[in-house]
Amino acid sequence: MNGIKIDNVVFNYPNGFCAIDDVSLEITKGEKIAIIGQNGAGKTTFVKMMNNLLRPTEGTITVDGIDLKELTTAQISKKVGYVFQNPGDQLFNRTVYDEIAYNPRYNKLEESKVKELVEDAAELCGITQYLKSNPYDLPFGLRKFVTIACVIAMGSEYIILDEPTAGQDLDGLVLQSKIIDELIKRNKTVIIITHDMEFVIDNFDRIVVMANKKIVADSTKKEIFWDFEILDKASLKQPYISKLAHDLKMKNYIIDIEGFIAEVKNK
Amino acid sequence: MKALEVKNLSFKYLIGKEKVFENLSLSINKGELVAIIGRNGSGKTTLCNLLRGFIPHLTQGDLEGDILLYDDSILKMDLSDLSDKIGYIFQNPFIQISGIKETVYEEIGFGLENLGVPRDEMIRRIEEIIKLLKIEDLKDKHPAELSGGQRQRVAIASILAMDPEILIIDEPTSQLDPKGTEEIFEIIKILKEQNKTIILVEHKIDLIAEYADRVILLNDKNIVFDGTTSEILSKEDVMSYGTNLPQIAKLGIEYNNKVEKLSKIPSVLEEAVEVFKDKV
Ligand SMILES: Nc1ncnc2c1ncn2[C@@H]1O[C@H](COP(=O)(O)OP(=O)(O)OP(=O)(O)O)[C@@H](O)[C@H]1O
Ligand SMILES: Nc1ncnc2c1ncn2[C@@H]1O[C@H](COP(=O)(O)OP(=O)(O)O)[C@@H](O)[C@H]1O
Ligand SMILES: [Mg+2]
Ligand SMILES: [Mg+2]
Repeated sequence: MNGIKIDNVVFNYPNGFCAIDDVSLEITKGEKIAIIGQNGAGKTTFVKMMNNLLRPTEGTITVDGIDLKELTTAQISKKVGYVFQNPGDQLFNRTVYDEIAYNPRYNKLEESKVKELVEDAAELCGITQYLKSNPYDLPFGLRKFVTIACVIAMGSEYIILDEPTAGQDLDGLVLQSKIIDELIKRNKTVIIITHDMEFVIDNFDRIVVMANKKIVADSTKKEIFWDFEILDKASLKQPYISKLAHDLKMKNYIIDIEGFIAEVKNK
Repeated sequence: MKALEVKNLSFKYLIGKEKVFENLSLSINKGELVAIIGRNGSGKTTLCNLLRGFIPHLTQGDLEGDILLYDDSILKMDLSDLSDKIGYIFQNPFIQISGIKETVYEEIGFGLENLGVPRDEMIRRIEEIIKLLKIEDLKDKHPAELSGGQRQRVAIASILAMDPEILIIDEPTSQLDPKGTEEIFEIIKILKEQNKTIILVEHKIDLIAEYADRVILLNDKNIVFDGTTSEILSKEDVMSYGTNLPQIAKLGIEYNNKVEKLSKIPSVLEEAVEVFKDKV
């Protein structure tokens, strides 16, 4: 079976703290999906289990039908790539080029093929001009793009981005939308964690909401952003356009500017 | 009364190729809540570092002009005198944590210890700040075992505990969930009501629209816009400088350009309700 299948997974940290409590989820190959929800809900913990950075205490995770337990670190990176929430956890090479080339080289690809992969990923992430820089000389926002490029160059089929939108300016967000579109075009599956509701609305339809160690909703954005109970449970807020529609007692389910204007014109 | 004043400032980092600022002037009044916006790389953090004295005291460069903290030149003051008056919350919560304390509770006390605050007073302030930031459930956790957002809250708590009269806050909510973000803005509002001077760098423009008195947009080594929040955040031009406008303003502009002229572009919810209430 294609896709990621998570069955009744529990995760306890070594200090005994339970961060994920009996969670199941299916992700279809080729789709894009956003995971949102309160700080400390367990989002990062949850996705780290999808590429073996953390091993479930209980339950199983399969990727394209293969149990993750049976994959080595090298094999897993071909399947699932994870971009860390904190770029500092991921970057350790002296130049951006070496950083992006690290995994392809680890996989013993020809240096000409490595170069091709690095250049493609850098181009897509808008960092071609920084290939010779030290990643730590780059500002936080750009460093995030370096980490994204690393995972793109790995060629993983499933790409997980942990809060890529944090600290990005408008140009950065526009570029991230473009990257996601391109990855989907390349038949990748994109899983993103973000606290930016507008970004979610602009780029995703399926949304998984996490709160307090569990998935509390898995639905379309229109459903989620008008479900006040879920929003409250997961410390989320309606997007501003929905709030306005709500205050104006307009028909439910307006979530973006386009929808709002269409509804006004209808009157 | 002016709390901070920047006079004809030009600055270039030692290792920088280009100047970050050229002849920039600006003054901030006591009690003002000023938001600084601009695309990444426009110099927001550099300006914060200059106002806090980290530049030129810790990070050197070519500097011309002067920066005054109530009439005294920051360039000539001691960093420790500055840290009594100005609290600085770093952009990256992953580096603000001291790395030497075993619990969140001690982490918040760390700055107070350094200031030499007596023990009873210290405990009182820590308890107060833990309540204010709603991090009761984190106080016994190890700072290294926190989620991104939890870390950011703790970083904010440890600075607020020191109760400085001027606060420089660089992207305090980048890792926070929507409710947590609003809570931080509510705390900032309380601080403003205590007549603190607050300089806030933030990309969450919808909240700036709601809370800030004044907005300064940085671009190309200087200030391009400086004015009241509603004036600046209803200008379509702002987007051409790599910063977003509030969703509400974007809606207003789109409606104004494509459907019918509006008498005013709204930037916050209440204004938008006024504008649209007869149209729906
Ligand atoms: N190394 C660790 N040891 C023990 N507990 C941890 C560790 N890392 C995280 N936790 C705890 O696990 C819970 C879930 O953390 P996680 O990082 O998965 O949250 P998150 O949903 O990604 O939050 P955020 O939106 O703030 O990044 C939190 O309560 C956190 O304090
Ligand atoms: N320590 C430093 N040394 C050299 N250049 C720096 C340093 N910090 C920032 N810069 C450069 O100064 C400019 C302004 O950066 P910064 O103040 O971080 O902007 P912002 O906070 O608006 O993103 C950028 O070109 C950046 O690369
Ligand atoms: Mg996280
Ligand atoms: Mg900055």
